[in-house]
Amino acid sequence: MIKVEKLNKFFGEKQVLKDISISYEPGKCSLIIGASGSGKTVLLKSLVGLHNPESGNIWYGDVNFSTLDENGRKEIRKEIGMLFQGSALFDFATVEENIRFPMDFFTDWSNEQKLERVNFCLKRVNLINVNKLYPNELSGGMQKRVGIARAIALNPKYLFCDEPNSGLDPHTSILIDQLIAEITQEYNITTIVNTHDMNSVMEIGDQVSFIHKGEKVWEGNSNDILTSDNPELNEFVFANNMAKRMKELMQKGQVI
Amino acid sequence: MKNTLEILGRYFLLMRKVFTRPDKRSIFFKQFFTDIEKLVINSIPIVAVISVFIGAVIVIQTASNIESPFIPKMYVGYMARESLVLEFCSTMIALILAGKVGSNISSEIGSMRISEQIDAMDMMGVNSANYLILPKIAAATLFNPLLMLFSFMLGLVGGALIIFITGIVTMSQYVDGLHYAFRSYYIFYSMIKMSVFSYVITSISSFYGYYASGGSLGVGKSSTKAIVVSSVMILVANLVITQLMLG
Repeated sequence: MIKVEKLNKFFGEKQVLKDISISYEPGKCSLIIGASGSGKTVLLKSLVGLHNPESGNIWYGDVNFSTLDENGRKEIRKEIGMLFQGSALFDFATVEENIRFPMDFFTDWSNEQKLERVNFCLKRVNLINVNKLYPNELSGGMQKRVGIARAIALNPKYLFCDEPNSGLDPHTSILIDQLIAEITQEYNITTIVNTHDMNSVMEIGDQVSFIHKGEKVWEGNSNDILTSDNPELNEFVFANNMAKRMKELMQKGQVI
Repeated sequence: MKNTLEILGRYFLLMRKVFTRPDKRSIFFKQFFTDIEKLVINSIPIVAVISVFIGAVIVIQTASNIESPFIPKMYVGYMARESLVLEFCSTMIALILAGKVGSNISSEIGSMRISEQIDAMDMMGVNSANYLILPKIAAATLFNPLLMLFSFMLGLVGGALIIFITGIVTMSQYVDGLHYAFRSYYIFYSMIKMSVFSYVITSISSFYGYYASGGSLGVGKSSTKAIVVSSVMILVANLVITQLMLG
């Protein structure tokens, strides 16, 4: 369980997060949605300590992450897996070495145990025979999968995904979404996904928070989102012509 | 002024993160040996070529400037040795390494910064500054003095080669000059200089790479800044060390 209380973040004079309060539960895919520049990534990075908010609290279970020093945060971070927007795989390492990286630092497993775990993680994300390839030899979708494999290498309790579908075709996006949802339920992980992809919202959005200009202006699930009367949310959700048309048909009762 | 103080503050804060005990000794040594190869061994060819040619040029220039019959020709060897050991093999080579190694370090770390690879390490709880920077500083600081010795020897060989080819002075005069009034302290002084310069190059280049921002353009800018600032700081350090050790 992650609980965010009254989080505020400034860059210079500009306030990018305003009094954000949200709770995230285990076994659920919680989505943060919003337009580009709305503060989604800042919120996600604040949750994992890559940004330090000026005020507010972030609770991981009973531990107040905001008040911890670097050593204290290190312990929590061992329980966190994160998939970055550009995958952030290490260029200097092969796929196998990328996934082994956290194991090398934080476990005393033997090489055989590490290799076994690497192969398990790769199999879980439906990749085989890629152990010795370098990230630049993989497609965007494969890089995301390796990113997920690395994120789950140490059995995390919390999984953060920053725009997991960016740069992917619709079919691969759906596969990545399904993978994230499956892993979340399988291991009862608290998963937070940052996205502006409405397909993801409809596919895996157990809980959805809409951020507008640094404020959380709406919260609900993927069913509520289409019927909300929040003007900012409607503007975001029904931004393209297909969505607008669908809304018109819904209002006429032709689509349920 | 405020900007300079801010940069200095960030530099020292980064160094505080760098100089901590590595999370795992085995990982540190793996990186350390990789960095010895990347930063020191891979610099051998360029250092060798430059040293041989500069050694040869110093011999020609010195020989052509000794016109008085009262100055023994062996001074060509003496002057070449002193020029090489006191200044060329440490300061000049360090300035060249600031370009080669400095740009390599800042662009490598800078690319990792903008592609969020450093964030990924921090996220895992790995001290990215320590993991990426400490082995580089250790490798260059400990092993570049050997590169200085290598450069010194090749500079002398370059001088001998040009004498063999042109006969500008006799080989025995050159060798006599090399032996004349030899002070081993100068070798020590030059090795210390090289060690300090190596620290300057690796730490400053890593600093600019670590805080790179603004995409690939930002990485390019940080590389340029790293080279310029490293070069200036090498000259400042050269002055300070020379005053302290020879003044």
